[in-house]
Amino acid sequence: MMRKTLKKAVVKAAILLPGLFFCVPVLFLLSGSVMSRYELRESLLPLMSDMERLITWKFFPSYPTFSHYAKILFQTPQFFTVFWNSMKLVVCILLGQLLIAVPAAWAFAVYPFRFRKLLFTSYIVLMLMPFQVTMLSSYLVLDGLELMNTHKAIILPAVFSTYPVFLVYRGFCNLPKGLMEAARIDGAGEWMIFVKLGLPLASGGILSAMVLGFLEYWSLIEQPLAFLEEQSLWPLSLYLPEISLEQAGYSFVAAVLTLIPAVFVFLSGREYLEQGIVASGLKE
Amino acid sequence: MQKKERQKLSKKHRFIWQSKTGTQKCVQTGRCFRQSSCIRQSRSAWIFFLLPSVAGVLIFVLLPFLDVIRRSFLTAVTEEWTGFHNYELIFANQAFRLAVRNTIRFTLVCLPLLIGIGLFVSVQLSRLKNVQFIKSCFLFPMAMPAATVVLIWKMIFSRQGFLNGGLAGLGLLSEGAFPDYMGTRASFWVLVFSYIWKNLGYTIVLWLAGIFAVSEGLTEAARVDGATQRQCFWYVIFPNLRGTLYTITVLSFLNSFKVFREAYLVAGSYPHESMYLLQHLFNNWFVNLELDKMAASAVCIGLVLFAVILLLQKLWDSDEKG
Repeated sequence: MMRKTLKKAVVKAAILLPGLFFCVPVLFLLSGSVMSRYELRESLLPLMSDMERLITWKFFPSYPTFSHYAKILFQTPQFFTVFWNSMKLVVCILLGQLLIAVPAAWAFAVYPFRFRKLLFTSYIVLMLMPFQVTMLSSYLVLDGLELMNTHKAIILPAVFSTYPVFLVYRGFCNLPKGLMEAARIDGAGEWMIFVKLGLPLASGGILSAMVLGFLEYWSLIEQPLAFLEEQSLWPLSLYLPEISLEQAGYSFVAAVLTLIPAVFVFLSGREYLEQGIVASGLKE
Repeated sequence: MQKKERQKLSKKHRFIWQSKTGTQKCVQTGRCFRQSSCIRQSRSAWIFFLLPSVAGVLIFVLLPFLDVIRRSFLTAVTEEWTGFHNYELIFANQAFRLAVRNTIRFTLVCLPLLIGIGLFVSVQLSRLKNVQFIKSCFLFPMAMPAATVVLIWKMIFSRQGFLNGGLAGLGLLSEGAFPDYMGTRASFWVLVFSYIWKNLGYTIVLWLAGIFAVSEGLTEAARVDGATQRQCFWYVIFPNLRGTLYTITVLSFLNSFKVFREAYLVAGSYPHESMYLLQHLFNNWFVNLELDKMAASAVCIGLVLFAVILLLQKLWDSDEKG
């Protein structure tokens, strides 16, 4: 018995280690963001000047300072523009998805209409198509509607993504059919049934879709890269890599500030994130 | 009978009609209830729920895709009919072939690796208790936007980076012979690492869900019959995981297209040729407005993906029946 518990502990440690190793990049970011200018320069100099010496790193900086934070928060209005660009994109996309995808999922889950199966299958296929396939078609529409180089060019196609429909659909499927019939007999309208019976049931699925969506759209790269030319419209994910190595401190702080909302969503929605992953794995 | 009264009656007697007789008619009045207004309303309500979504999908995805198919047979500027010329063009195009080759190679290396590692870790985890924290650790990279790790990847994988430092510390590399992982063939493996780092978490979550869905009674019975832990896994649990395998394959395959983010952020529009991916090519075509080539390859890729998805689904379906 002793040996068995010991073995289990060893296995656990052996898996935990790589897991922690996966999270190490955060430590780099955090320590880099409070490192003084001088120290950063000292450790990253080989990278900048292509010297033979290896770079060094201290996870606990000798002279920790918050000067980079102060600089970015009080003296760099540019950063806020970009930050709010990102926020605007994500919030608009998620709200739009709520308005469009949730009712659609309800229709698929509850009403037996003609071509339902065919339509749903095509939704799944669309959900699985990568950006390469849809890039040109999106461009054609956006160009036709003269939306290129505006935030709408990113928001509108994303709002009609079929992925959240699929995720939320799972939640609605748990609605007992008898309950709906009973509500109808009691005189509830279809909209009423949707709001009072459907939404509470699907709240888990909706939250999953929101969490997964946030993480996805917060790090959006392909779409803004193709559809936004003007730098002042760029989201964080495009802006960050533009910061040069000479401003490493600034770069680290910007990365930490980018990370905060994502980590916040991740930690508070971890349960729904997992549910969402599992739900996206279920077949119809 | 007055309309109001009729409705009242119909509501009252629906239960009788449904539960006892099972016919379409009300016991008392003999009226057909499917005509009642509330049911008729419910039958058409789906249109209002579905319409915005379908309209959006039509406008933003499906109709323009038809246009893309049309354009793939036309020249880019003059829009003259050229038949399959664009297709011949892209298949003769060096960059396209390189990108396709890299993408296929990447998929063939990454998928088995990711699925295998994921399965191994999940099986170990499924035997332990309190694994929530470990799972979260593996999931965490999902929350790290690609843009935030660019600098760190540079610090790790460049010539003066930590990877070389670590290898030298172990005595595997001698000073002065440090490879640069970004600008050489090795950049492909940096990409593979990024992909696994990012995607291992959800693979583990999916595998674990699959493993826990196998009924405990089944495994217990096998254990009672004297199966070892290993036999129990290979003969009892594993055969039940085919559906999970299908899902993971499809999702990982599709996520493999997203590795462009890391590649682009680390190496820009023209990376080392070992990590030149389809998305790079598309972007470069896009900048040059070579829409005809884009159209032809979008159609090709779409078709291939469609076929792969259908094939995987068919394999899985036949497994379930058989």
